[in-house]
Amino acid sequence: MADASSSSHGDLKLTRVTKSFGDFTAVDDLTLTIPEGSFFALLGPSGCGKTTTLRMIAGLEEPTVGSIYIGETDITTKKPYQRPVNTVFQNYALFPHLSIYENVAFGLRRRGVKDVKEQVEKVLKLVELPHLAERKPTQLSGGQQQRIALARAIVNRPALLLLDEPLGALDLKLRRQMQIELKWIQTEVGLTFVHVTHDQEEAMTMADTIAVMNEGRIEQMGSPAELYESPETAFVANFLGQSNLIRGEVVSSDSDQSVVEVHGQKVAVLKSRNRATGKSILVGIRPEKIRISLPDDPRNGNVLTGGIVSDVSFVGVSTQYVVEMPWKQDLMVFEQNDGGTPTLRPGDPVSLSWNPPFTFGLDGSEDVNAGSEVDEPA
Amino acid sequence: MAYLQSVVTRAGYFTSKKGRLPYLLLFPGMLWLFTFFVLPIINLAGTSTQTPVAGGETGQYVQTFRFANYIDAFNQARPQFARSFLYATLATLLALAISYPLAYAIAFRSGRFKNILLVLVVAPFFTSFLLRTVAWKQILGEQGFVVPALRSMHIIGQNTSLTASALAVVTGMTYNFLPFMTLPLYASLERIDPRTLEASNDLYANGITTFRKVTFPLSMPGVVAGTLLTFIPAAGDYVNAAILGNPNTTMIGNVIDSRFFNIVDYPTAAALSFMLMAAILILVTIYIRRSGTDELV
Ligand SMILES: Nc1ncnc2c1ncn2[C@@H]1O[C@H](COP(=O)(O)OP(=O)(O)O)[C@@H](O)[C@H]1O
Ligand SMILES: [Mg+2]
Repeated sequence: MADASSSSHGDLKLTRVTKSFGDFTAVDDLTLTIPEGSFFALLGPSGCGKTTTLRMIAGLEEPTVGSIYIGETDITTKKPYQRPVNTVFQNYALFPHLSIYENVAFGLRRRGVKDVKEQVEKVLKLVELPHLAERKPTQLSGGQQQRIALARAIVNRPALLLLDEPLGALDLKLRRQMQIELKWIQTEVGLTFVHVTHDQEEAMTMADTIAVMNEGRIEQMGSPAELYESPETAFVANFLGQSNLIRGEVVSSDSDQSVVEVHGQKVAVLKSRNRATGKSILVGIRPEKIRISLPDDPRNGNVLTGGIVSDVSFVGVSTQYVVEMPWKQDLMVFEQNDGGTPTLRPGDPVSLSWNPPFTFGLDGSEDVNAGSEVDEPA
Repeated sequence: MAYLQSVVTRAGYFTSKKGRLPYLLLFPGMLWLFTFFVLPIINLAGTSTQTPVAGGETGQYVQTFRFANYIDAFNQARPQFARSFLYATLATLLALAISYPLAYAIAFRSGRFKNILLVLVVAPFFTSFLLRTVAWKQILGEQGFVVPALRSMHIIGQNTSLTASALAVVTGMTYNFLPFMTLPLYASLERIDPRTLEASNDLYANGITTFRKVTFPLSMPGVVAGTLLTFIPAAGDYVNAAILGNPNTTMIGNVIDSRFFNIVDYPTAAALSFMLMAAILILVTIYIRRSGTDELV
């Protein structure tokens, strides 16, 4: 019987892990390190292999190829009950025949822990549901079941806690509240959380590190800010927030920046933020980084002229513009409603400008729309 | 429902009180039960306390409310009562032991063969109960393959036969009632969310512990339903004992049968029927109470 408290702690390492079902590859050559004590989010559209990855870490699925380590211990072929890993299942999977108390005590009893009562009461207090100990799972609301599923897992103090879209079944308001609570609980108990979600906002608000997954592969990994400010692929640029990606060609480069020609106009991209290897490049800029102005107003930095406003929507703190460029591409612009922008209507000619360091460059072979048409989180 | 109710109400059938529709829907069933169950039961109760007409022919009885009939009947059929419950219990346990792994395999391990296997489980129902019992007799008979095989392996003696024995009766009942055990077991195992089993694995329970702590408790409704559906008909059965047994394996059903049809001793037969019913009812009630499955649904 595994004893979670004494067995290997340390970083979780997946090395070249592949999982195939028949001739379909659900997880493709995945290499990943999750530092001990971190709140790690695995973010990706539905069907990209997140659950399969978690199930391999939990031992519910065996990798076709590759190895999984916690610290120095190889757990690749260990049975689920031998791993210091616990899971909060997507549908909670509470034991319907057991009381809440017994549900939470289940793992402790299997491990022969002495002070079961004390620990169960403590964790029920942590999730703020001590009064429900004698109930059966079916007598609880969705949000309460979610907390019990969490309590049932963390009471074992696993080296690693896996959460598979734990908030997916909750309504928006409860979900936001639980996001904050989960984050707080993670800090409180100090365990490593691996949180799977397809909701980019959820991943960004909760995680220290996010791995963006697409079609069984990791696209990019980093802090929420890194991923947002410096996406390395079109998929990441579009899946996390919104991006304007414009096709162009590198015409000249010096030691710290490249000049890119986009449809006859020139913009600068910092070398450090340019992922393009050849001449062909996608110039990326986030909508809120762009300033919109009348054509005659003086502007510096990167400037694109010849735009026509095609749509304006007022959303309170900001106004969102869709601007059609001469090459028939629609660009998004978000402006703060701080009085700094002229009043614009559809049909008005405008120029767009931004500070060159905000620009990121992606490889020109990428699909401009990758990641933007995947299912929106519910 | 509310819609139907309002239609009925608006149509003016029941303007005085809402909520009559359920009773209306119950009526045909109640009428059926009353005509074909309650009335015959009352009739049977009457018969059970009759006595022979003084100087009358065989089969002529008069209502005298002689409750001592019950005591007499019980004293006459005590061994058969005991045997009925013993055999029924054995057949039920045997059926449970055979059905549980079978139902488990169908529910969790059969993949795309699930439907075929389920059809195979109920397939015996396509032939008559009597035929199946006769077939069982042949399987266990001297000409069958079982006896020579067991003899050649020296598991049974050269002169031992399997038919006309308690073993044949119990195994015959097990065989005949097996689907009644398998189907409810399958139904309750099938309903178990496989993720609860994974959760158990995840929470440090190995396969055996998971079975003891999660799978089996969750299948209790099926165990209770299956054992009842096997035990109740088995306790009252007389076909298996008649075809597969010998004079020392007669069950209460055989006594009732012969009292009714051979000896035309209606009062004793009726009294025995009542006692059998009462005994089963009491046992079943205690069983359901003790298994506590009502919490599971
Ligand atoms: N047991 C399985 N057999 C066959 N295909 C599977 C199995 N489990 C998952 N898949 C497939 O693998 C892909 C990834 O699934 P999953 O990991 O559940 O995605 P996610 O959790 O990211 O939505 C999906 O296309 C799914 O259909
Ligand atoms: Mg999933």
